[in-house]
Amino acid sequence: MTSPAVTPPALQLVLGEEELLVERAVRASVDAAKLADPAAELTRVKVSDLSAPELAELVSPSLFAERRVIVLENAHDATKDIAAAVTAYIKEPAESVQLVVLHTGGGRKPAKDLVTALRSAGADIVECPRITRPADREAFVRNEIRRAGGKTDADAVSALIDSVGSDLRELASAAAQLVADTGGQVTAEEVRRYHRGRADVTGFAVAEKAVTGDVPGALEMLRWAMQLGVPHVLVADALADAVRTVARVAGAGRADPFRLSSELGMPTWKVRKALAQSRGWHPAGLAVAMRVVAEVNADVKGVAADADYALQRAVLRLAEARRRN
Amino acid sequence: MSVWSQVVGQPDAVAVLTSSAAVAASMVDGTFTGSASPVPHAWLFTGPPGSGRSVAARAFAAALQCHTGEGCGDCPGCRTSMAGTHADVHVVVPEGLSISVAEMRSLVQISARRPTGARWQVVIITDADRLTEGAANALLKAVEEPPERTVFLLCAPSDHPEDVPVTIRSRCRHLGLRTPSPSAIAEVLRTRDGIPDEMATWAASVCGGHVGRARRLATDESARTRRESVLRIPLSLRRLPDVFTCADNLVKSAESDAVEVSGTRDEAEKEALKTAMGHGGTGKGTASATRGSAAAIKELERRQKSRATRTQRDAIDLALVDLAGFYRDVLVTAAASPATLNHPDRAADARTAASAWTQEATLRRLEAVLACREALEQNVKPRIAIEAMLTTLHHG
Repeated sequence: MTSPAVTPPALQLVLGEEELLVERAVRASVDAAKLADPAAELTRVKVSDLSAPELAELVSPSLFAERRVIVLENAHDATKDIAAAVTAYIKEPAESVQLVVLHTGGGRKPAKDLVTALRSAGADIVECPRITRPADREAFVRNEIRRAGGKTDADAVSALIDSVGSDLRELASAAAQLVADTGGQVTAEEVRRYHRGRADVTGFAVAEKAVTGDVPGALEMLRWAMQLGVPHVLVADALADAVRTVARVAGAGRADPFRLSSELGMPTWKVRKALAQSRGWHPAGLAVAMRVVAEVNADVKGVAADADYALQRAVLRLAEARRRN
Repeated sequence: MSVWSQVVGQPDAVAVLTSSAAVAASMVDGTFTGSASPVPHAWLFTGPPGSGRSVAARAFAAALQCHTGEGCGDCPGCRTSMAGTHADVHVVVPEGLSISVAEMRSLVQISARRPTGARWQVVIITDADRLTEGAANALLKAVEEPPERTVFLLCAPSDHPEDVPVTIRSRCRHLGLRTPSPSAIAEVLRTRDGIPDEMATWAASVCGGHVGRARRLATDESARTRRESVLRIPLSLRRLPDVFTCADNLVKSAESDAVEVSGTRDEAEKEALKTAMGHGGTGKGTASATRGSAAAIKELERRQKSRATRTQRDAIDLALVDLAGFYRDVLVTAAASPATLNHPDRAADARTAASAWTQEATLRRLEAVLACREALEQNVKPRIAIEAMLTTLHHG
C-alpha cells in the first residue's frame, strides 16, 4: 500500500448550494481516500434518514482498518438528536474514517450550530456558494477552460455563456469539450462554430430593446424568448415594468439619479438606465405606451387568440409610440 | 315587522313575491285548488349591484317558511330564515372568484331531499354570475326539474337577464329589481339603522342606489375618507408623476383591505383546520393522525388566496365605479341636463371639469375607467391597469 504524503482530512465541511461544486468536492475527497487506500468504501446518506445509533455504526472504525468515506448529505436538515450525535463524533474522529458533511449553511438552529462545531473542530472547509453574478460566471468558465488545459479570451467566454446558458454543469462540459475540439485555443469564432443560438433570453432583455426603439433587436430577442419557452406573461410584465419605469423617471424630470432613486423607491442603477432609456420619449407617446402594455397584459392572459402575435404587435406599437410627439 | 320591510324600494317585486308565497302556503296547507305547479321552482333575481337581490331572495325564502304564509317576520320560520339558520334554507355565498363544480354537485344532492320542516327546501345562490361553466351545467338538471318541494333562488348582479347563461335563464322565472330611489334608501337608513336624518339623506344621494354602500358610508368614517380621496383624483392629476402616486394609493389601499381580511381570518381558519385534522397532539400515534392533512391545508390556503384577490378587486372596483360616476356627472353638467348627479356633493368639481375639458375628452376618460374595470376582470395586474387608466385620465 502506497501512502500519500498528505493523508486526507478526517473531517470535511462542504458549505454551499452550488451542486456541481459540491459534487466535485465530494469526488476530490473520495479520490484522495482511494489514493490512501484503494479499498476505501464510500457511503452516502441523507441526514434526515439517519438515526444516532446508525451514525455511530457508520463511523466506528472497521476491524481491518479499511478507509471509509461517509458523506452526510443535506446536513442543514439535521434535527437536534442527530446534530448532537455528529457533534459528539467530531470531538474524537476515528482515524480511518473520513466524514464529509454537505451543508448549505442554512437550516434550523441545531443544524446551524453544526457548522460552528465543525469549524472549531478544525474541519477542512470547502466553500461552494451559488454563482449568480455574471462576473463570477465568466470567471468560472475561464477557470474551467484553464483546468481543461486551454486558453481563451473575454469574447469567447461571453459568447459561450450567451449560447449555453447559466447552468454550471452545461458550461463546464461545454468548456471541456471545446478545449478538446479546438486543441486548446478557445476563441469566439471557435465557440460560434460549435454553438449557435442563445440560451438565456429573459423578458427584460426584450423590454430593454423595445423601450430604446431597437425594433429589429427587440423582435429578435422576442423570437428567441418564445423559442426557449419563456412564458408570455413574464415578457408582458417585463414590457409593462420597463415602460412604467421610463414613465416615472421621465415624469420626474432631469434630476440627480441618487435623489430620484430615493424619491421613486428604485435602485440607482435602475434609475440611471431608465434615464438613458427615457431619451426620445414624449409624454403623449408614453401615455400610448402605457395603454399598449396594459392591453398586452390582458392579451397574454387569454384575450388574444395568439399570444405570440400579441407580443410582437406590442413591441411594434411601442416603437410607434416612441416616435410620437 | 314583516320580512318585506327589508326589501328597499321594490314595490313591484314584493307584490309578485308575496302573491307567490301565499299560493305556496296554500299548497302546504292542502287548501290549494288550481292548475299544477303554480309556484315557479326556480327564480332568477337580477338587478344592479346593491339593489338587494339576495335580501329579496332571503325574504322570499322566509315567506315560504313562514307559518302564516306571508312573511310575518315574527314566527320561528321567518326569524331563522332571515338569520340564515333555517335547516331548509341553503345559502351559497361565494367568497372566492368563482363557484366550483364540486360545490354545485353537493348542493344538487341537498336540493333533492325533502324539506325537514314540512314546508319548502330553499336553495339560494347569491352570485350566480360566478358559476363556472361546469358548475352551471351541474345545476341545470336540478333547476329544470326539481323535486316537488324544492325552490331555487338565483341572484345575479346585472341590469339585464341576458347576461346570465341562456341555459340557466330559460329554466327560471325572471324577477328584475330596479335601482331603489334615494328617498327609499334614506327612509330605510333612518328607520332600520337609526341614522340621523341629514347623514341618511346625504348617504342615499351619493351611494348610486347601492343600499349596502349607503349604510357603509353613513356609518363608517374610513369609507367616507376613502371615497373623498378617490373623487379627488380627477382634478389632482396635474403632472405625469401624479399618475403614479394616485395609482400607488389606490392599489395600496385595496391591498390593505385584503390584508385586513386575511389578517383577521386566515390564521384562525388555518389553526381550526389543523386542530380538526389532528395537529398539535402529543404522544403515540399523533404523527399518523395528521397524515393526509397537507392537501386539505393547501386547499384552504388556495381558497384564502382567492378570497384575498377578490377583496382587493372589489375594493378597486368600488373606487372605479365612483370615478365613472364622477365623469358621468361632468358630462351631465356639460350638457346642462337636469338629470340627478351621482355625486351631488362634488357638483362644483364637476362644473370646473366641464368647463376645462371638451365633451369628447370627458367621454374618453369615462371609457378609460370602464375599460379598466373590464381589464381587471380579465386578470390584468391591478397596478398596470390602473396606471394605464390614470394616464388616460391625465391626458384626456
